[in-house]
Order: sequence, then structure tokens, then C-alpha cells
Amino acid sequence: MTKHDGGLVRMAGRMVVGSAALAELVRPASAPDPAGGHRVLPVRAELTGLLPNRGLRRGSTVAVGTGQPRHSGTTSLVLALLAEASRAGSWCAVVGVPTFGAGAAAEAGIALDRLALVPDPGPEWPTVVAALIDGVDVVVTAVPATISASVSTRLAARARQRGSVLVPYGRWDGADVTLQVVRGVWQGLGSGRGRLRRREVTVSARGRGAAARPKEVKVWLPGDEATRVIPRSAGPGVPPVAPPRRLRVVAAGGRRTEVRP
Amino acid sequence: MTGVPPRALLLWCPDWPVLAAEIVDGVPATGPVAVLHANRVVACSERARAEGIRRGLRRREAQGRCPHLTVLDHDPGRDARAFEPVVAAVEEVVAGVEVIRPGACVTAARGPSRYLGGEEAAAERIVEHVAQSCAVESQVGIADGVFAAGLAAREGRIVPPGDTAGFLSGRPVEALGRPALADLLRRLGVRTLGDFAALPAGDVLARFGFDGALAHRLAAGRDDRPLAVRQPPADLTVTADHDEPIERVDAAAFAARTLAERLHERLSAYGLACTRLGIEAVTAHGQELHRVWRHDGLLTAAAIADRVRWQLDGWLSGSSGRGGARPARPTAGIIRLRLVPDGVLAQAGLQPGLWGETGAERDRAHRALSRVQGILGPEAVVTAVLGGGRSPADQVRLVPWGDERVPARPGPPPPLPLPPVGAVSPPVAAVLPCPSAAPASSVGSGPSTVSVPEVSPPAVSAPVAPVSVAPAPVVAPAQLPVVPVAAAGSGGGVVVARAGGRRAGRGGAVPEPPWPGRIPPPAPAVVLSTPLAAEVHDAAGEPVMVSARLAVSAPPARVTVGTGRPAEISGWVGPWPVDERWWAPAEVRRRARFQVCLVDGSALLLAVEGGQWLVEAIYD
Repeated sequence: MTKHDGGLVRMAGRMVVGSAALAELVRPASAPDPAGGHRVLPVRAELTGLLPNRGLRRGSTVAVGTGQPRHSGTTSLVLALLAEASRAGSWCAVVGVPTFGAGAAAEAGIALDRLALVPDPGPEWPTVVAALIDGVDVVVTAVPATISASVSTRLAARARQRGSVLVPYGRWDGADVTLQVVRGVWQGLGSGRGRLRRREVTVSARGRGAAARPKEVKVWLPGDEATRVIPRSAGPGVPPVAPPRRLRVVAAGGRRTEVRP
Repeated sequence: MTGVPPRALLLWCPDWPVLAAEIVDGVPATGPVAVLHANRVVACSERARAEGIRRGLRRREAQGRCPHLTVLDHDPGRDARAFEPVVAAVEEVVAGVEVIRPGACVTAARGPSRYLGGEEAAAERIVEHVAQSCAVESQVGIADGVFAAGLAAREGRIVPPGDTAGFLSGRPVEALGRPALADLLRRLGVRTLGDFAALPAGDVLARFGFDGALAHRLAAGRDDRPLAVRQPPADLTVTADHDEPIERVDAAAFAARTLAERLHERLSAYGLACTRLGIEAVTAHGQELHRVWRHDGLLTAAAIADRVRWQLDGWLSGSSGRGGARPARPTAGIIRLRLVPDGVLAQAGLQPGLWGETGAERDRAHRALSRVQGILGPEAVVTAVLGGGRSPADQVRLVPWGDERVPARPGPPPPLPLPPVGAVSPPVAAVLPCPSAAPASSVGSGPSTVSVPEVSPPAVSAPVAPVSVAPAPVVAPAQLPVVPVAAAGSGGGVVVARAGGRRAGRGGAVPEPPWPGRIPPPAPAVVLSTPLAAEVHDAAGEPVMVSARLAVSAPPARVTVGTGRPAEISGWVGPWPVDERWWAPAEVRRRARFQVCLVDGSALLLAVEGGQWLVEAIYD
């Protein structure tokens, strides 16, 4: 994209103007799409920092790892990844997750009528995922324990060719980005009182190419009103207990008012 | 005056509504059965007739005469449905059948009697064929005209040609089937059809009107109305037989494409389109695979061909290992393919949506999901529908892809992200953490009651918001009357209800059940379809118990899920009791739920039922 720049600057003024205009239009076939609108599916604002194109680039593979030991919040992270794309009209499919919590998906903002579930693909897993990649924008799949590298490479190549986003959920080598929950702590529950309100989740991202530099971000998943990024300065030193004490009035119509005492 | 009416052959099945109930609903017609409409008997079985049941009796009177009488509601749809096979059986013997009403059909007698060698032989043949193919008893009457044939069928008689007027003359006037006219004629001293037929036609028309004149013609045996024979339904099934069994999927797909085009031609020739398609494949060894495909839009030839290919693909390349989930892999090639259109409707053009909904994206997704259905079976691809219910598992119903999205239980709309703060009642001092006043729930519209512990030792406070309130008009908190109602269900509980005055003001809208006792949001992201057994211990290592009065024996300190390692509990809340469907012994569920937070930051939804702790969901 910017290969010609050095040569062009030394040329005559008029030529420079014309070639500069061209340079914006012409790019090598191997170069990635400039952050173009429909090539990237939107994600929530606070997750954009983790992904190389500030969204789910079509054709990419965004893995969500389940670390050892497993941290709370992995499933919610998957839901949060899908939410904006689904709200914008994309079709999503979830393969091999029989315990999928549809209520949480709806709360995250996923349109359930555009979300297909294949709870038990069985031994046909590669065929099913390949068929879904052909037609669905975002395919989330739990990765079976035994999966050969050739199968995963083929599926990733198919997603790249068809312009779908593959979100493997489990161990997956060779993803463009791998997101992982490194810490998840619920808040709002005392000893015999309160209720679960929100969870602070620390998500790390590492990957290839533009995403090689590890990143880490803290988000509320789910938040008590809207999910938002915790400022870095707050840091991990903040004790997870004692959330701002609030009274929640349940008014008619299901609306809630937060009252700070 | 137009000469002799055509000979009619009428097939009559006695007590058809009773027989139809036996065929459709399995009510044995050999016992005393009566079918009632508007509290009057319209038909009864032979046994009931022997007990003194007659048409026109009231229900109470009929039951008085025969206390063990089985009473059924009259259902014309059921009668017609059950009669369809009978008509089909008659059509196998003769052509051109008119259905007069469920239980009686008529055909021209001339053709069958000449073909089968006489009217008696034709009648016997038809009765026998109906009895053999449908196991239905019937009687046949043959006379000049449909009306006379109907009367003849009641006696199973064949009235010779030309004798019809004489046959009719001895019948009472009630046989006309016009009660008001019959009543009037009786009072005028006209008792039989013969008497009525003897009256001058002009006078009858002048005195009784057109209907009377028509009845007069019937009584005289001049019933020259032609038969309105029904058009047999078109056979739209297309079949392809192959002498060489098809072994390969692509060859089968090629065969399917031509077959689909033939079906499409046939459908469009009749101006029809189908919304469901049955695809049937038979192998050389007699194995059959039948699957019905659904489609939101109307199937085109290419769409049919695709579906045939997917289904055969899934079958031929299927593994035989998974029993039950799918049919075993065929052991021989396919010799017959058949397409059976179902859900046929008149093709009136397809109107795609202007924006959204029906777009290229949607079609692409539909094709992919139908493809997966072809591989795994129609029930393997589902979508979730949110409905009402108290536990996270109850609120979700999984419907197969392509089926109607209807929730299992009616309920409030799914919990959407909070609306922007604005039209909310002003900040108030109405603080609700006091247990007995907490959840303003409404009783009556929900299918069960929820009990909130009034006093719950030791220091177990009721949750502030385990009860979400159904969408209702905004009520200023000062107007929230909290009315204690008599306790029901579990002991010691107090049911709190909000007076429903505002609710009634909503007009005719069906109120959605509020499901008091729902688990408050956020919803758990992992919902276990079968709960995991767990053990909960207190700090001293004793199992934690919840008494019938919802007293927790000690604060829970450790939870052990299954055979795993014990995990320390850092926060907990509960019990949130539910006492559901106590009136249905098979579905009764009485649980107390706890939200539990563990030291590693994760959270669980626990429930205790009958002393057994369960993990219902994980807040993952």
C-alpha cells in the first residue's frame, strides 16, 4: 500500500498528486483490506482494542482459549464477541455447546432468531462446521478433544475463502488472534445477601502478524448497566469486593433506577 | 316434467358421527355412545338406542335413561375426515361420487350396474369393498333420484325403475327433512308423501313457497337434480424407478434434479406450490428413508434438487455407528426416488420483503442450515426461544430450525439491555430491602405461588430482587399497595401481592404472567440440561440443610461438585424458594435456589431439593 511513497515524493509536483491519488486506490493483492466497512464485523467498543482490525475481520479465525485452570467468563466473552455483529444483522451459529445459555445470549444483545445452535454434531463435526462456514457469518464451535492439524487448517482456509469468521472455542493452533480470560471475578454477592451483579473479566489477546504484541484489557462481562472498560490506572490492585453500594429500586415496567446513597 | 330422474345409488353409513369418533378418537362404538350438539343428541350407537336414547334428547335425559352413556361433542370436521377414506374406497369401484354429507355419498347407478352386472351386484360389490378397505359397515339404496335413494338406503332396498313414486307414497312427511313444513302438513291433515304429492303443484307453490314446491317435487319422485360429482384430488407425487441401483451420491443427485423438475412442472401445471416436501428413497434391499423438508418460502425446482442431494448425501455417506440418531447406512443402491409434496397451496406469487428479513444473507444462512439438517437430521439444528419460567432452563425452548418459534411458556419479553434512563419514576425513598415488603409480585396470573420467607433465621434475608415485575404501566412507588394474602403452598410463607387495579385498566390485552420468583438477571451463560449433584458443607464440615420453613442450618462454606475437589465459598445468597406445579404430581418441583460465589471468582446457581444439592447453572 505504501511501497511507492518513497519514490513518489521525489517526483514532480503534478505527478505526485496524481500518483498519490492512485496509490490510495491501488494496493498489492496480498495486502490486507484497509479497515473497510463491510469487511469487518463490528464488536463491542471495549473489545476493539484486542482485535487487529478493531473488529471481526471476515475470513479470520479468532480463537477463544480455555486456559488451565479455567477462569470464569469464557462463555460470556464468546457471547460478547458475537453481540454487536448479531445486532447488526449477521447470522451466527454455535456448534457443539449443549449447555448454551440462551438467556445470557439475549441479555448480551444477540438476536436469537438469527442464531442457530447445533448442540451435538457428533463425529460429523468437521462437515457440519464446513457447511456452516459456507452460509453463516460467524461460526462459534467448541473444539473436540481430538482434532488433527490438517482439519483445523482446512477449516480456517475455508473460512478465509468464504469470508466467514471462525471462532473456535477451546485449544486451536494457528488462529489469527487468541483471546483468553486470565481472570474473572464476580461482584455483588455478600455473605447471605446481595446478588450477582457484574463481573470483572481480564482478557488477554495474542496472535500473529499485526496482533503479535500481547494485549490485555479489563471489561465488565456482564456489566451492571453497560459494559465498560475499567481504566488501566485503576489497575489490578483494586480489591474485588465492596462494589459501590447502591440500592436498586425495581419500578413498574421493569425499569431500574440506581440510587446512590 | 322432464321425464324420469336418473337412477342414483346411495351409500349410507348408519350412525356416522359415532363411527367417526371410533375411527378418529378410538371411542368404541360397540358401547353406548351418543354424540351431542347444542345439548341435543344428534347420533347414537346401536347399544345406546337399545337403552332408549333417541335423536333430539337432552343430555341429562339421555344420561338418565342410560347412566353409563359415553357422551361426545359433535365435530363435523372429525366426521368429514373419517369419511374421506370411505369415499376413496367407493371411488376405487365407481367413478363420479358426490358426497352429500359425512356418512352418505351418492353416485350414478347406471354405469356400475352395467359394468358389474346388475344393480344388486354393484351394490354388493361396493358394500363389500368399503367393508374390506375401511372396516366400515354401510348400506346401499338404489332408486330414481337422490332423495328416494336416500330413503331406500335406510332400508337397504333397491327400488325397481318406475316404482319410486309408489315407494315414496307410503312414507311419512317427516322424511322430507323439513320439520316446520312437516309439522304444518300434519296439522293440515297431510300425513304421507303420497298425500302431499297428490296436491296440485300450483297450489303448493302458492301456499308453501319455493321450498315447498321443491319438497313437493321430491315427494312425487321427480328429483331430477343432476349429481355434483367431486373432482378427485390430483396426484402430485412423482416417482422415478431405476433398474440399475444408484450407488453414488452425484448420480443420485443427477436423478433427483430431473425428478425435481418433473415435480415442479406438475405443480405449476396445477397452479400450486408446496411448502413441505417429503423425499423418499428406497434401496434394493428394501430400506426406506423418508424425510420431510420444510421451507419458509416456496420451493423452486433447484431448491428441491438441492434438498434431495443433501438428504442422500447425509444418508449415503452416513456412519452406521450412531444408533438412533440417524438411519443406518444403506446396504444397497437406491432403486426408487419419490417426491411427495405436502402443504400444497395455490401459487399466488411470492412477495419477498422489501428490506431486511428476506435477503441474500438469509437465503445463504438457510441453505447452510438446511444442509446441516440434511447431515444430522432435522432436530439437530435448533434455535432458542425465550419464554416465561423461573429457572434458566425453563425459560428456553429449543425449536428445530424451520419450525414456528413459539415459547414453551408464555412470559414477559426477553430481558433486553436496559432502556435509557428517562421515563423512570423519580428517585424515591421507597427502599425495599426489608424482606416482607420486597418483591411486589402479583398472584393469580402466574401459575403458581411463590413464598417469601417472612422471618428466616439465622440472618437469611430475602433477596431484594429475585422477583422481576412484568411490564406494567409505570406506577409511582407511593401507589404501590402491598397486600398480604393468605398463605398458600409452603408453610409459614406469606404471599405478597400487588393489587391489580392498574392491570385491569389495560383493556383487552392478555396479561403476561410475571413469573414471580424468577432468577434475577444476569442470566447464567452455561445452563446444564441435567443438573449436577453437589454437596455443600458449612465451616464445621457439616452438610448444610434447608428446613421446610426455609431456615438455612448454617452459612455454606464449601461446595463439592460431583467427585471434584471442594471449593471455598466466598459469597452466597438464598434460599429463593419455588414451589411449582404442586397440583400436577408428575411435574411438581419444590426447590430452594442459591447463588454462590467461589473464591476463584466463578459463580454457580445451586438448588436444593429434598435434601439433595444440585448445580443448575454456571455463571460462566
